Amino acid sequence: MHPEDLKPEQFSGYPPEARKLALDCLETFRRLPLSFLPSLLREVIEFDFKFPVERRHLEKELGNLRSLSLQDLRAWFREFTEIKLSESLEKLNWIASPAQFVEQLSAHLWATHQMDAFRHAALGYADKLRAAVVPEPPTSPRLGIAVIGQGVDVAPGPLFRKLRTYGAYFSAVNPENGLRQLLEVVAARANSNPAPYGHWYIDGGEPLPHASGVTCVSYQAMEPVRAALLARIHAETQKTGMGPEALRTLMAQLRPVELSMAPGGDPVLNRFQIKLLTEGSGTQIFSTSFVEWAAREALRRAEPLTVLARFAPRQRQKPMHELLSPGPEQVALDPVGSLVDADMGAYYNWMNQQRLPGSEKSLFLVWFENHKEAVAISPALPRGTVSTETIDLRGILSWMT
Amino acid sequence: MRGAAGVALGSSLLPSSLIARTGISARKRKVVVVTFGGGARDQETFAPDGQENIPHLLRELAPQSTFFTQVVNRGILGHYVATASLATGVYETINNFASLPPESPTVFEYFRKDLKRPASDVWVVAPSNGFNRIGESSHHSFGSGWGAQVILPKYLLGTATSGLGDYGHLLRDSYETPLYAPELSGNIFELEQLETILKLSVEDFRAHALTLSSPDELSVYIVRQLMRQFAPSLLWVTLHDIDIAHAGAYSLYIEGIRRTDRLSAEIWKAIQSEPEYAGKCTLIILPDFGRDSDEDAGGNGFQHHRTGDVISRTTWMMALGPGIREGVVYDRPVDSIDLVPTLGSMMGFTASLSRGKPITEIL
Repeated sequence: MHPEDLKPEQFSGYPPEARKLALDCLETFRRLPLSFLPSLLREVIEFDFKFPVERRHLEKELGNLRSLSLQDLRAWFREFTEIKLSESLEKLNWIASPAQFVEQLSAHLWATHQMDAFRHAALGYADKLRAAVVPEPPTSPRLGIAVIGQGVDVAPGPLFRKLRTYGAYFSAVNPENGLRQLLEVVAARANSNPAPYGHWYIDGGEPLPHASGVTCVSYQAMEPVRAALLARIHAETQKTGMGPEALRTLMAQLRPVELSMAPGGDPVLNRFQIKLLTEGSGTQIFSTSFVEWAAREALRRAEPLTVLARFAPRQRQKPMHELLSPGPEQVALDPVGSLVDADMGAYYNWMNQQRLPGSEKSLFLVWFENHKEAVAISPALPRGTVSTETIDLRGILSWMT
Repeated sequence: MRGAAGVALGSSLLPSSLIARTGISARKRKVVVVTFGGGARDQETFAPDGQENIPHLLRELAPQSTFFTQVVNRGILGHYVATASLATGVYETINNFASLPPESPTVFEYFRKDLKRPASDVWVVAPSNGFNRIGESSHHSFGSGWGAQVILPKYLLGTATSGLGDYGHLLRDSYETPLYAPELSGNIFELEQLETILKLSVEDFRAHALTLSSPDELSVYIVRQLMRQFAPSLLWVTLHDIDIAHAGAYSLYIEGIRRTDRLSAEIWKAIQSEPEYAGKCTLIILPDFGRDSDEDAGGNGFQHHRTGDVISRTTWMMALGPGIREGVVYDRPVDSIDLVPTLGSMMGFTASLSRGKPITEIL
């Protein structure tokens, strides 16, 4: 099956809005190379479950492709057309299952030493797209907050080593009511700049009470889903012939209701949360990995104005087959190791925030929970400085803006 | 790194051959290869911020070694297939997660067939079931029977303990492949051979295992047993603790690096203390590849090696032993598949189907 042979009825299995979008673009799809089109369809087929910002991006990308002449399209996709595909790839049902095609394409690219060429083509396409469709700046500066070290009395070493050079280090933070102050700031931002999925609170444990305009995801709330997923993984791995690729494909196809997620609720957020567990690595077993990945995906996909990510102690390392087996036994925690994980996770949260439009004005705060140490990054604060002044978190945040 | 390790930039001209410098003929030379099947990035190892994690590699081994700062892996960045590429000198394209042998002849087969060596003279100690076919290729020109015996210490311990007792910490799997344990086949070393071949009772093995803290420690324990019992001329060990990074826990990744650092030094000490090895063994240490950079938005930093970016493809290598120049660094790029023909030149066999080139700086 080649793109030029595409027919409208082949999109009948797509969700309603995705189908409409695909049919509107059918002529353009027919002109795209097979090494590229399934990657685009993988986004299109998810359209009904995408965040508003993602929808706008996809619509603009498709609008741009539709506006290109045949000659322009050839120039844009020249490198993709030079990628050699196998007959077995061409025979796959890449219209109905674009994600599975992309997975197998990836294996093919590695095996045929074309990964570097594909990577070059993909980066080139992204550059051209960024130039043609200028990213939207945020309506106000983004604020990322990371709270790390819950349950730790003494840090095992200096904290925030990667972030200090980008901001101001505070060594005399008054920790009293720190979490409450941070949640109040998040609520105030959600109130003054209301936007669907614009303000997030991610917790590695049990979430604290938060404002209604804030999107909340927590490791604790996902417990039944994680247990159902681990049980499913465990059952599948006992089957003959089940390999990692087959399992990954199966996990990618799981729907919220199949993993004990209550029907109803917000389908977009439900799908997002399921993907955190089925597409993330380590998110099923380590709360620190869950928080880092959830923040990364929220930033990448929803481009929120505010993210408060609070890391919590993860379970201790055990043999992987035990970690992946749902069991009733008491979970032993590793707070100090989790602090080290979260310190790095906070750095990644900041880096992921900086990849978004408006990064030159973005703000970031990381705090050692219930302790006196924090780093604040803001255009208003001098980089690489140290403040020994006693100040609470609200005070630091006011200095940042 | 040069300042911290006290090493200097090397020139490409050597005064004489390895044999001339040492007086050890190629056929009497022994080689131990240590690979890290769980790449580690420069920033957590030899770069200034990472040096605290590798005190042994940096301050004990690097000053005694010839060090290559750029070893580039241009193949598939999966640990089994990359180790197979290292062991064949050809970029293998076998399924990383399948129970398949390498398609090109392995260094073990070249070594044994060319030099007519017995099976006891070459061994592989590997981390998990996924590596059970690494010892012998499916290449038609070699047929069967010229490969290395493969010991999977975790498999042995699992069999010895039947899942009982407090051994869980030694039976950790790689996070990349916990979902798939291929059925074992090939030259697998079975539990009963512990006693008959390694002269190690199952009880002693179990008891010693309780004193260890990780699967790689178990591997190094087996390495020492092999050195004492057989003194193999070619011994290949793949360490894997670092690969816990796939679970996203940075602290566990760093712990893995620190343990690997310590175990590398222990292997070097064992080489120097065993009479069969002291003064005639070359130790080669290299990760199979790196991990993704923090800057590449397509990856998630240290966690994986999926982007194929420069950081994930580039790693380092050190060689130590008699005749190897000490405290010398080479910045020229070396290819991962250059290892096998280099071993061939060192030990006197021809890696006829390898696509790599001998690394002249250590020959």
